[in-house]
Parts: sequence; C-alpha cells; structure tokens
Amino acid sequence: MKRSPVFLITVLCFGFAFLYIPILSMIVYSFNGSRLATVWGGFSTKWYVSLLSNKQVMDALILSLKIAVVSATFATILGTMAGIALARFRRFKGRVMFSGLVTAPLIMPEVITGISSLIFFILLAEWIGWPGQRGFTTITLAHITFSMVFVTTIVQARMVQADRAIEEAAMDLGSRPWQVLFDVTLPVISPAILSGWLLAFTISLDDVVITTFTTGPGATTLPLLIWSKVKLGVTPDINALATLMVVTVGLGVIIAGIILNRAEARRLADERMAYRSND
Amino acid sequence: MTDRAPRTKYMDRRGWSDIIIGAPYIWLVVFFLLPFLIVVAMSVATKTPTAPPFSFGGDHPLINLDAYQRILTDDLYLRAFLTSLANAAISMVLCLLLGYPMALALTRMSRGWRNIMLMLVILPFWTSFLLRVYAWMGLMGRNSWFNVMLTDWWNFIVPVDWAVRSIPMMNSNFAVILVMVYTYLPFMILPLYASLERLDPTLDEAAMDLGSTPAQVFRDVTLPQSIPGIVAGGMLVFIPAAGELVIPTLVGNAADPMIGRVISDEFASARDWPMASAVAVALLVLMVIPTMIYTHFQGRAEGSK
Repeated sequence: MKRSPVFLITVLCFGFAFLYIPILSMIVYSFNGSRLATVWGGFSTKWYVSLLSNKQVMDALILSLKIAVVSATFATILGTMAGIALARFRRFKGRVMFSGLVTAPLIMPEVITGISSLIFFILLAEWIGWPGQRGFTTITLAHITFSMVFVTTIVQARMVQADRAIEEAAMDLGSRPWQVLFDVTLPVISPAILSGWLLAFTISLDDVVITTFTTGPGATTLPLLIWSKVKLGVTPDINALATLMVVTVGLGVIIAGIILNRAEARRLADERMAYRSND
Repeated sequence: MTDRAPRTKYMDRRGWSDIIIGAPYIWLVVFFLLPFLIVVAMSVATKTPTAPPFSFGGDHPLINLDAYQRILTDDLYLRAFLTSLANAAISMVLCLLLGYPMALALTRMSRGWRNIMLMLVILPFWTSFLLRVYAWMGLMGRNSWFNVMLTDWWNFIVPVDWAVRSIPMMNSNFAVILVMVYTYLPFMILPLYASLERLDPTLDEAAMDLGSTPAQVFRDVTLPQSIPGIVAGGMLVFIPAAGELVIPTLVGNAADPMIGRVISDEFASARDWPMASAVAVALLVLMVIPTMIYTHFQGRAEGSK
C-alpha cells in the first residue's frame, strides 16, 4: 500500500518545519550584525571571530571534551560488560536486581540523580575525606554512571540478535573464553559498541543538570557556561556557539550513520557469501 | 531461542562471569543505588543549621516525617505536583497527536525516503538539548520575527479591541508545554514508527475490500494494533517531562514552578536537604505507577507474540 494520503504528508511537513525552523532561525541569527539578538542588522561573522578568541569558551570546551572522552570510554567498558552479562548469562545471583539497576537510571529524573550524587559526594568527603574538592573527577564519575546504562541497552539488543552458534563453534574448536570474547563476540558487536560510545560521548558533552550538581569551583563545562549565560537571555555570541555545536554534531552523526550503514551492509553481504560457499 | 540442556558453554568459568557481571554491578551499587538510598534516608532526617545541614537522632526523632507532612499540607508542593503532571500529560497528548500521523506517513514511504526522513527525526535527538530549548527562546521573545508574525496574524483575525503589541509567550506554562513537545517529539515518533512498521498492510486491504472506509480501517485495524507503540512513546515523553528542570527554568513561569524546580530550589537555595529528598521520593513514587503500567503492557505484548 503505497498511497500517501495528503493529510499524512501535510502533518509530516508541518512536523519537520516544527523540528527544524527554530534551529534554522538560530543559525541565521548567528550571522546577525546587530547586538540585539532579535533585530536583523546585516550579515556579519564577527560573533564567530570573537568566539574563537574567547578563552573562557575554549577552556570550557576543552574541559567538556576531556570529561566526555574519559566518561564515554569507561561507560562503554562497563556498559558493554553489563550488556554481555544480561544477554549471555541466563541465571546468576541477583540478576533481577542487576537488570533493575540497569533500567532505573534510564527513567530516574535527572534532578534526583544529580541531588543524590551530590549528597553522596559530600557525605563521602565527610566520612573518608575523599573527594576533597568536586570538579573533573566527580563530574566524570556521575557521567559514567548515567551514560553506561545507555551503552548497555544498545549492546544488549545487539547481543540478543547475534548468532550464538558462532561463539559455541569457537568454544568447540578449542578457544579459551577470553579468545571467544576478543576474537568472536566483541568484533560481532563492535558497531553497537561504537554507537554506544558515541551516545555516551554526546550525553556527557550535553549534560547540564547532573553536571550542575556534581561540579565544584573552577570546573565549568561548556553546557554549564551556556546555561549560566542563557538564563540571562538570548545573545548573538551564544547563537554563534550554538550553530557551531549543532552543525558539528549534525555532520558527525550523518557521517557516523553512513559509515555504520556501510559496515552493516558489508557484514550482511559477507554473511551471505559465507552461507553460499557452504552449499 | 531455546534453552538447550547443556546451556551455552560460553564463559562458563566462574572467574570470567564474575568479572563481567561484578564490575558493572558493583559500580551501579556504589554510584547509583547507594546515593539513592542515602536520599531516601535523608527524607526522614531533620534539618539543622549545621554543615552538612541535617541530623539523625540526637535531639531529634530518629524518623522525622515532617517533610512528608508538609508535602501533603503545604499548597506549594501540591500545586507544583499538579502543574508538573498536567504539563507532562498535555505534552504527551500533543506529541501523540503530532507524532502519530508523522510515524504513519513514514511507514507509507519508499525505502530510500524513509531512511532519510528517519534520520531527520533522529538528528535533533543527538544535538544539544539545552541549545534546542535556547532556539525556542529566540523565537518566542517579544521582538522576534516569529512573535511579530503571530502578532500580525492575531491582530488581523480578532476585533480591533483585542489587538496586542506582542504575544506574551515566554515565562508561561504555554512556553513550557511547547518546548517540551518540541524536544520530546522524536521520543514519541520512534516507538510509534517501530510498532506501525510491523503491521501487515494486507490487513488494511482486506478491511477495505470488505467495505470499510479509510477512517474505519484506521479506527478498527491500525489503531488497536499500535497501542504498544502509543504506550511506549507516551511513557518516554511523560516520565522525563514530569521531572523536567531545564525547560521550566529557562522558559517557565517562576511563580508556578514545576516539581523539578522545587526540588532544586529546596536543595540549593533553602538548603533543606530533608525536604528536597522527600519531594524527590514522592516524585519517584508517582513515576513508578506509570512505569508499572508500561511494563504490564509490554509484558502482555511480548506474551502475545
């Protein structure tokens, strides 16, 4: 049934206009020559120039990228382990609680996660004297915790689809468990691990709420800097910064999507070839 | 997948499975469960002017239910809860009304178009949440082209007496709902699309052949089969919307706060940790109910496969 009723197409167009007009408007106004954010004052790139020489913004960006890389990497390792555990180990002690622990951070409101992390870190500092000061370490620990469960969800879904027989064949042929893990399981789920890392990275790079609660003096991430400025209103330099971020992430996602699609297509083609040569 | 008698030998050595299960398990217990239990305990502590500002026992009762009593009696908290639930529910319904036709339109497209359109639905989800809220602040402001355009239309349509100089959109519940619909729309479209895509198009044709009108086909065939998608999308919008902090802080009305804002204010401004914790626990209890409804529906959907 390839009919596309006019009504559905109209709503689809309206929906996409709704999704993209605010972003496009923001991009256009980032080239606004006027200091007033809403009045058009001619084309100009001066906000971009002043942005690149703004040390505060650059420092915040570097801190955010550092936190995002470190937390995404740890989150991917822990999240992948949890995904493998849930998909491959049918029964183990505390499985119900484990799957609850993996789901709960997904639905927990960020305010509550933020407040509980902050209270936890403050009390820990009282009891054992660590962490002495909140900042990079506490933000990273909190980010790992709430982004690892997203990795788990992705990896677990991929593991369930993956063919177990390959792993069993490797075991029967005499591979040790760690060889099965590194030579069979991890390569098979590598696209899921990569998308998990990317998701954890963007979640960390974008987070405001949990970072507000777990940060300390001197540790200002880019979203925190934007948050403090945006609360005061709309300004053209934030428009420019926002445009750079949205365009970078957008291009990154499109390129990653194309690469992953190609890899998946190649894998399917290889599988078909393998089956055909068996006949 | 069947559970074969000697189950998969994969990593049957104790040491291996212990590490793979243990590391994420311990991490989540220490950094997620423990902090959460501390909040639950904190909600029955007593506020003191010390640092940290709470105490258990001592001069105070060991379990102090004052905070919970205040939630039930003080108007501020009840109003905040109602505002949050109402805003989240309205956003959810609007997302459904807009997202359902969009998801249905996606399933009726050729494969190539469909992939491009799905990419366009997912793309905003990857870009910064804060910046998407910010984009609307630019549109809703008094002198923005969007507000001027809407004001002109309004003044054209209504009698002269009702004419306004600009539409006051910012700092209102309207703005909160609009931006929540905007930011959460992809969460509604994706599960709807997933459940609509699985439907068998020959059922539609059979119903049409038997004389149903397109509206009847939709009501009797398509809609009932997409209920799992509606429920999943509804939860994905409702739950984060009810606890939202960023959107109400930036575009909302400070005099009529949502519950996320109340928690944050109690904690940071009033330094009342027990109160903030009690409100957080109450919010979670309110959220557990829809989540249980969701898992119930999901369990039924999986059971029917």
